[in-house]
Amino acid sequence: MPEPLAECAAVTRVFGRLTVVDQVDLAVGPGEMVGLLGANGAGKTTLIRMLLGLLPVSAGSVRLFGRPPSRASRRRIGYVPQTLGLYDDLTVAENLAFSRAVFSAGSRFSAAPSARNKAVPESLRPYAGVCVRDLPLGVARRAAFAQALEHAPELLLLDEPTSGVDPLARSRLWETIGAAAAAGAGAIVTTHNMEEAEECSRLVVLASGRVVAAGTAAEIVGPARTAVVHAADWAGALRLLEAAQIRAVLAGQTLRVPDRPAADVARALAGLPARVSDEPATLEERFFGLAAAGTPAGQAAG
Amino acid sequence: MNGWGAYEVSVRFGARQALDGVSITALPGQVTAVVGADGAGKTTLLRCIAGALAPGAGTVRRPPARRIGYLPPGPGVYEDLSVAENLRFRSASYDIPAPAAQRHIGEYLERTGLAAAQDRLAGQLSGGMLRKLGVVAALLPEPELLVLDEPTTGVDPVSRADLWWLIARAAAGGAAVLMSTSYTDEAARAARVLVLDSGRTLAEGTPAEIVAAIPGTIAVRPERPAAQDERRRSWRRAGAWRVWLPSAGPGHPGTVTPDLQDAVCVAALRRELADADA
Repeated sequence: MPEPLAECAAVTRVFGRLTVVDQVDLAVGPGEMVGLLGANGAGKTTLIRMLLGLLPVSAGSVRLFGRPPSRASRRRIGYVPQTLGLYDDLTVAENLAFSRAVFSAGSRFSAAPSARNKAVPESLRPYAGVCVRDLPLGVARRAAFAQALEHAPELLLLDEPTSGVDPLARSRLWETIGAAAAAGAGAIVTTHNMEEAEECSRLVVLASGRVVAAGTAAEIVGPARTAVVHAADWAGALRLLEAAQIRAVLAGQTLRVPDRPAADVARALAGLPARVSDEPATLEERFFGLAAAGTPAGQAAG
Repeated sequence: MNGWGAYEVSVRFGARQALDGVSITALPGQVTAVVGADGAGKTTLLRCIAGALAPGAGTVRRPPARRIGYLPPGPGVYEDLSVAENLRFRSASYDIPAPAAQRHIGEYLERTGLAAAQDRLAGQLSGGMLRKLGVVAALLPEPELLVLDEPTTGVDPVSRADLWWLIARAAAGGAAVLMSTSYTDEAARAARVLVLDSGRTLAEGTPAEIVAAIPGTIAVRPERPAAQDERRRSWRRAGAWRVWLPSAGPGHPGTVTPDLQDAVCVAALRRELADADA
């Protein structure tokens, strides 16, 4: 295996008496797209900040491109924050020219507008002169990607990179991420969106600061099953399950009960005409089980 | 017509056509989802149905204002009141007798993990907690029509499960629930779905009907197709490529059972291809 681009070894971060990140191991190699999943408060942001060298570790070690994080290593990273990190009052071409100037010491921002427009990628050319504030969100996201990728970063850091766009636009953004990975870049993607998580080559699930699962989406779901209740009176079924302290999730006209044997669910529904089938769990259902297991009961951080 | 909703509603903001002849029905005891990208017109449609905006054309059918629960975009509660104060204020504004309100409030807070945060200011809650509070507040009048504008966007899966519990609870109690989302997998949980794109209806029906309406089949390929004709009908999904084959039968090699996400991609592709060929 080639040397990881980013590596955390037994990384821990303590704030006062609170251990926010607890002995986390994480490695991202060239060509890998690693999804970082976790409920709010699971430690994702703290981990990323340590990885970037913005926050010191309490214990363990962090290496970026084989060395401790530094200003020089940050230059080799492309970052797309959830808020996109573009200047609303600047045009697409001006934003790209500005970030180019920041990343390449010595070049000047004040290039002629015509030269700036030429440097805009083909697909964004029609929007080169448009202020970011006036762009449709899908286009603004593409511009943020273009800005993050322009200095050919070796590691991409993407925070919910495709939230708020339609599935086809999301797929097109993932083509861009996939192309960068195919060219040898690594990517760390933090997300709450399971459709986005399924695009990653590997996932790491954090709960209460610990890694509670890692692997491909299929490996993480593993053998987890969900009991599915098919009942004409689904509302009646929901009431019976609640009375038995079984929490069900509505799906169309069916109820899904993750992590419960179908027989338990059928017993709670005794007397109500219903069929209970046993089906594979979804990634979200499995995630919920993992997050709940890592969180003190009733203290879900929201 | 049974249920609440909008019929051929159009809204224009200056030069922009925000909604163009959109119809939707929300039936009692069901969850109806409006799915689309940011800017597709979801908020505008929900505002029309909740009575917060008068459409330029078309008709809206809704119960009296006090039988509507509406979670607008944004917090939907007062950020400088506490959780408990917000709920008391909302109950009072609907004239709900204190004991009745208290009974519901207690259970909702308990079941959604908000009970421990009762005395915190709403403005200090995390995003997921704030959305839960907003939905609980919208549920207080025991509405006939519950309109929720993106209750789960940006919310982590743990809070999302709490929000879905509240939604299911409302529908089980007989409310017509109309919610918007930008997540297709979430929309697939609704009984009926309206897919909006740039203010127009891209697809409408039960998730199964929308999927069944895809012409031809969808095949999976490990690599992006090289032939131009297939290439423009392909998209990336879960590390592989999907190709829409409009005239192929179900026996075609590599065919997959499509889901709502595939159906929405195909609908968007058809529009894109039609625009390109026009």
